[in-house]
Amino acid sequence: MTSTKNPSTRPTASADSAPAMALHTGTSDVRTLLMSNLRQSGIYVALVVIVALFAILTDGVSLSPGNITNIILQYSYILVLAIGMVIVIIGGHIDLSVGSVVALTGSVSAVLVIRQGQPWWVGILAALAVGVAVGAWHGFWVAYVGIPAFIVTLAGMLLFRGLTLRVLDNISLSPFPAEYQQVAAGFLNGLIGGQGYDAFTLLIGALAVAGYAVSGFRTRLARIRYQQPVESFPLFVARVVAVGAVIMYFAWQLAHARGLPIVLIILAALVLVYGLLTRRTVFGRQVYAIGGNLSAATLSGVKVKTVNFWMFVNMGFLAAIAGVIYSSRSNGAQPAAGNMFELDAIAAAFIGGAAVTGGVGTVVGAMVGGLIMAVMSNGMQLMGVDQSLQSVVKGLVLLIAVAFDVWNKRRAGTAR
Amino acid sequence: MDDTILEMRGITKRFPGVTALQDVSLAVRRGEIHAICGENGAGKSTLMKVLSGVYPSGSYDGEVIFDGKPVHFRGIRDSEAHGIVIIHQELALVPYLSTAENIFLGNERRGRGGLIDWNRANADAAALLESVGLRENPVTPVIQLGVGKQQLVEIAKALSKQVKLLILDEPTAALNDVDSAHLLALLRRLRERGITCIMISHKLNEITAIADSTTVIRDGRTVETLDMRSGEVTQERIIRGMVGRDLDSFYPDRVSNPGEEVLRIEDWSVRHPTQDRLVVERVDLHVRAGEVVGIAGLMGAGRTELAMSVFGRSYGRDVRGRLFVRGREVRARTVAEAIDNGIAYVTEDRKRFGLNLIDDIRRNVSAAALGKLARLGWVNGNEEIKVAEQSRRDLNIKTPSVMAVVGKLSGGNQQKVVLSKWLFTDPDVLILDEPTRGIDVGAKFEIYTIINRLVADGKAVIVISSELPELLGMCDRIYTLSAGRITGEMPIGMATQENLMELMTKDKEPVG
Repeated sequence: MTSTKNPSTRPTASADSAPAMALHTGTSDVRTLLMSNLRQSGIYVALVVIVALFAILTDGVSLSPGNITNIILQYSYILVLAIGMVIVIIGGHIDLSVGSVVALTGSVSAVLVIRQGQPWWVGILAALAVGVAVGAWHGFWVAYVGIPAFIVTLAGMLLFRGLTLRVLDNISLSPFPAEYQQVAAGFLNGLIGGQGYDAFTLLIGALAVAGYAVSGFRTRLARIRYQQPVESFPLFVARVVAVGAVIMYFAWQLAHARGLPIVLIILAALVLVYGLLTRRTVFGRQVYAIGGNLSAATLSGVKVKTVNFWMFVNMGFLAAIAGVIYSSRSNGAQPAAGNMFELDAIAAAFIGGAAVTGGVGTVVGAMVGGLIMAVMSNGMQLMGVDQSLQSVVKGLVLLIAVAFDVWNKRRAGTAR
Repeated sequence: MDDTILEMRGITKRFPGVTALQDVSLAVRRGEIHAICGENGAGKSTLMKVLSGVYPSGSYDGEVIFDGKPVHFRGIRDSEAHGIVIIHQELALVPYLSTAENIFLGNERRGRGGLIDWNRANADAAALLESVGLRENPVTPVIQLGVGKQQLVEIAKALSKQVKLLILDEPTAALNDVDSAHLLALLRRLRERGITCIMISHKLNEITAIADSTTVIRDGRTVETLDMRSGEVTQERIIRGMVGRDLDSFYPDRVSNPGEEVLRIEDWSVRHPTQDRLVVERVDLHVRAGEVVGIAGLMGAGRTELAMSVFGRSYGRDVRGRLFVRGREVRARTVAEAIDNGIAYVTEDRKRFGLNLIDDIRRNVSAAALGKLARLGWVNGNEEIKVAEQSRRDLNIKTPSVMAVVGKLSGGNQQKVVLSKWLFTDPDVLILDEPTRGIDVGAKFEIYTIINRLVADGKAVIVISSELPELLGMCDRIYTLSAGRITGEMPIGMATQENLMELMTKDKEPVG
């Protein structure tokens, strides 16, 4: 804890000198801003580097319209799982069962729709109901009986895999009717025309950029009104332009392939809703409080059991959505579906900055973490890298990401 | 001429912002029982940590001379190699291992090929247990023994390490009278075997019964060393040494004007969460609006346990008694209900129980009353910032921004954040548990000023503190608590450090 002694102006992180220190608010120090956000900005930088790396290694194939569409279709269900997983991890738990739940919900849906000939939406609703029930089962044992989530969901992993086999009578079911397949393979294309590209996709992209800019500007205004430090205006504009450019590039590429994937709309809606849920609702904030310091949360009147219960119900719900998407994409249900999905979802959350000890993590971070994994896997596949080597690389990336996190925390010198 | 086994000279130990020990000296004769007395926070445990190498050589000033040679311990293993063994208040036994396994943990009895020779280990353990007067099978898991027997296992473990100097930190704090008497008898037997013993204790009757010398420490300094062998030193004499300091003009003035009764508890009893004993026994107390009431008690007297059990039954099991807020009997079975009834509890351990250290000031301040900032479950983040800013100004939290992470603030500022959190719940009564522990003098004064402002606004305040001058300086009325019972209640005009200390150390019956 050596801090340079310059008591005149700059606020230092040193706790000892605090009483004597002169204070001032205003635009916060750019350096402190960057340092304190290192873990967050770090993963964005990592994503950009990895995207660029594979663009070079594959001669641009990885950024082609068709491949970008592919990445979305291929990894959407992992990203959906990662949303629920990061919330569970922030709360200080883990869920090892989601792969089995994906399989179970998908097979329930398949049995109803394929074997019994029910309409496609009955299958989807039934899958969601099963997911919620599974989540409630886990939540009951974790929250009200007090069994560690690791054990409860490890048991769930075996239990629900077994139920999947039972539901399917140990055989694969296929194919789904066309409407059901639309969930994962459908596109919105040509709604408002365009010549060789889909104008609708571009419009949605433009609306997203506008929404981002407006909400960012409103937050900024509110912060100024409440006399909070904000980034300088040129920096703000630069940020909006940079994000806008990425979104528009992305939309442009999609518009030149098959249009806007329905699954991307589902994913975007989920990210938006859960991003707000974690940051802006009482429930979300209590999840952070429980993960950050369970005793303090309990002594602050947080109903820990209730929050833990709903955390797992939510995870079951999202696992069911992932189950529907996966069954739709694979056009059927297989006994071994969803194997190891839980590990990809957990890896996405940790690469995205979630802390093993709980209390830290963001939905957007988990999405970036998931994308890093997705771009890497996809890029290595394009390059024809051996399966065994792919696994080694993914393992190392996870290890390095968490090691960086640990190092970063130690450097920040947070007490205890 | 006395043979000195240990001499500590001019020990000074500083922590960031606090000097815990200032030029402390201690001399212990070979083969005696040497007691160390002092109020909570006087520096007794710090001194023992210096001696046992927990604070390695070089992290303090001064010298330690053991057995005639200067020693520089780098850690516990070093001091144990010299025959110095410390037994902490919280016993360091592994609950599911057997007694023998615990005794030889880290010091295993090896046989051929480096494998553990269990026959020898169990036989040796049985002999050691015999020597401390414990007739238990060495293969019994430690968890099946009571606390008193576990204490004896700790001593057996120390004996297995060829102990020359045994340090006991509050050895009888958790023991009942019979177990305490056994332990003291054992210490006498060890003295006959020539083992030197340093004992930290709050129980003055035990000290006068057993100790050969007593060193009194106060505010990190040695006050005096009393020779107890003549039998002329009384408990009152020791108390005078422990408290004899000036009451600094350190406490802001306040006009006391108590109003109607806000909180009353009647016949309040609490059982220990795992052991079968009462931690709080039939306590009655009340506090009025605009009044500061103190609870004085030594460590282990049940102060925190009493407060936490009132605060939504956060401690103990089998809580019995009646709770009234503003004359109306209320049920406060959960923390949320306690908060709804206008009770706030500011913990003594802010890092463990008070704050989410990895989160910012803003979110810590709102944590206990987030509902007030939310509509339909949505938190108004801007209002939240406003509330945090308001707290920052009102309580003078020194930070560049309310977005600063709480873990990086100084102790005083962290304490103000905890206070802000509870003030935002708008309570009628605040229970402040050690509100100034581990914070510097300037911040202490600010906390006192805040307390005065709160009672001026008509709130009721209960202060739990180990520092008697603080209670005498702040309170209108003081209760004393000893072994879970209220042993006295007096208005501030009648209270002195001496008579409080006497009531705080009052026991059911003499021991030894």
